[in-house]
Amino acid sequence: MTFRTIALLSSVLLLTACSAAPGTWGWYVIDPTTDNGWTNIRFLIRGFTSTIQISVLAAVASIIIGLLVALPAFAQNRWLRLPNRIYVEFIRAIPLLPMLFWVFYGLPVVMRGMGISISIDPFWGAVITLALSDSAFTAEIFRAGIQSVPRGQAEAAQTIGLSRAKAMRYVILPQAVRRILPPLANQFIYIVKMSAFASVIGMQELTRRANELVVTEYRPLEIYTLLILEYLVLVLIISAGVRWLERRMGADESR
Amino acid sequence: MTGVSKWYDDFQVLRDISLTVEVGEKLVICGPSGSGKSTVVRLLAGLETHQQGDIHLQGGVMDAQRPGDIGMVFQSFNLFPHLSVLDNLTLGPVKALGLSRAEAEERARAYLDRVRIPEQAEKRPAQLSGGQQQRVAIARALCMEPKLMLFDEPTSALDPEMIAEVLEVMEDLAADGMTMICVTHEMGFARRVADRIAFMDAGEIVEIGAPEQVFKAPESERFALFLDKILKH
Repeated sequence: MTFRTIALLSSVLLLTACSAAPGTWGWYVIDPTTDNGWTNIRFLIRGFTSTIQISVLAAVASIIIGLLVALPAFAQNRWLRLPNRIYVEFIRAIPLLPMLFWVFYGLPVVMRGMGISISIDPFWGAVITLALSDSAFTAEIFRAGIQSVPRGQAEAAQTIGLSRAKAMRYVILPQAVRRILPPLANQFIYIVKMSAFASVIGMQELTRRANELVVTEYRPLEIYTLLILEYLVLVLIISAGVRWLERRMGADESR
Repeated sequence: MTGVSKWYDDFQVLRDISLTVEVGEKLVICGPSGSGKSTVVRLLAGLETHQQGDIHLQGGVMDAQRPGDIGMVFQSFNLFPHLSVLDNLTLGPVKALGLSRAEAEERARAYLDRVRIPEQAEKRPAQLSGGQQQRVAIARALCMEPKLMLFDEPTSALDPEMIAEVLEVMEDLAADGMTMICVTHEMGFARRVADRIAFMDAGEIVEIGAPEQVFKAPESERFALFLDKILKH
């Protein structure tokens, strides 16, 4: 399980860091009892706002795009299915960082060429990139989830006169959601972690703030250790939320 | 249906099938597995396409039918597991026929009464026994007020003690004058209810006739052999 692996690796990392450098471990940079340490901690923690905002917006957009991309995959016509395959294969092949550069530096140029003058700030640059990059994966999750609903369900819907669209809306999707949610939640954790890349285009989220503090304090070990802990806490909270949701839905299924 | 043939790639599942069922008639189709009997029923339900021949319902082509005119009951029930029994029944009338919620519920409860499980309306399909689930599936099809009811081995997935309750409901339906085409190996049911029995093998209708005549003296050897096998145990 992804979550356990992260927890385990982080603990190992922390223990190694502490034990390998007992003399040089400089707690003072992040000691909440001193003025300087407390200021530093507050500076780091304020990054949660941007990290969470970027992740949530990107996840919501990714789900909407993913569903729109997934639906043509169920067309009977081969040519209608093609856009789905092209989108998924193309977007999935682009690494996140190059795509981020392209969106942030390249997209405004393309838009200007089309006569639309926009500037993309780091916040929206990160949201757009994460949403696009992740949507190829959400589209595949939706497709697999919808395909996992037995064929007999669509056939039964057809025999009581439902159109394909209505069968999808009232019969297939409600059943697919139960199978889609767990992998979708996994994907959300992935987005949270990948949002760290927004730091390279100047977004002051968790990672950028840690970087800036390292430059002024020269304490990379302590500050990056705290940074990892920040992500760990965030992901643990999400995992707990997901498990609660799964339990609730599992209970609903057997009710 | 006249001269209907169907292929899966190179394999011909139906060979020049011609069949007429009168309004109010009850036809039972039997035959070994792979004989194409399910395919005939699925074609009539609009779940499969055929490559040759024509299918008409009361003088009209199949595609022009009102939704739900042809009711279908599956071997595996295919109830919607995320909906209550009542919602399983009202979904079609509300979303396909445009009935109001109240009208659809009234109709649904009437048909639940008819299949003798009015008390299960609020439950989920998973909480019911197989026999109860199949009766709900029959009620779901009836809620669309079909002109023709199709049954594709409706009792084959059921434990023996539940087969009777489903067959009883089907016999009630037959007694009310419903036009029925039923794929089944329940020969007792066929004898009691069917106007005609069709025996299919290898994609053809080998023999068709009234039950007393067919059971007493089957014309073809294949049918005689088949009857011998399923009536013996």
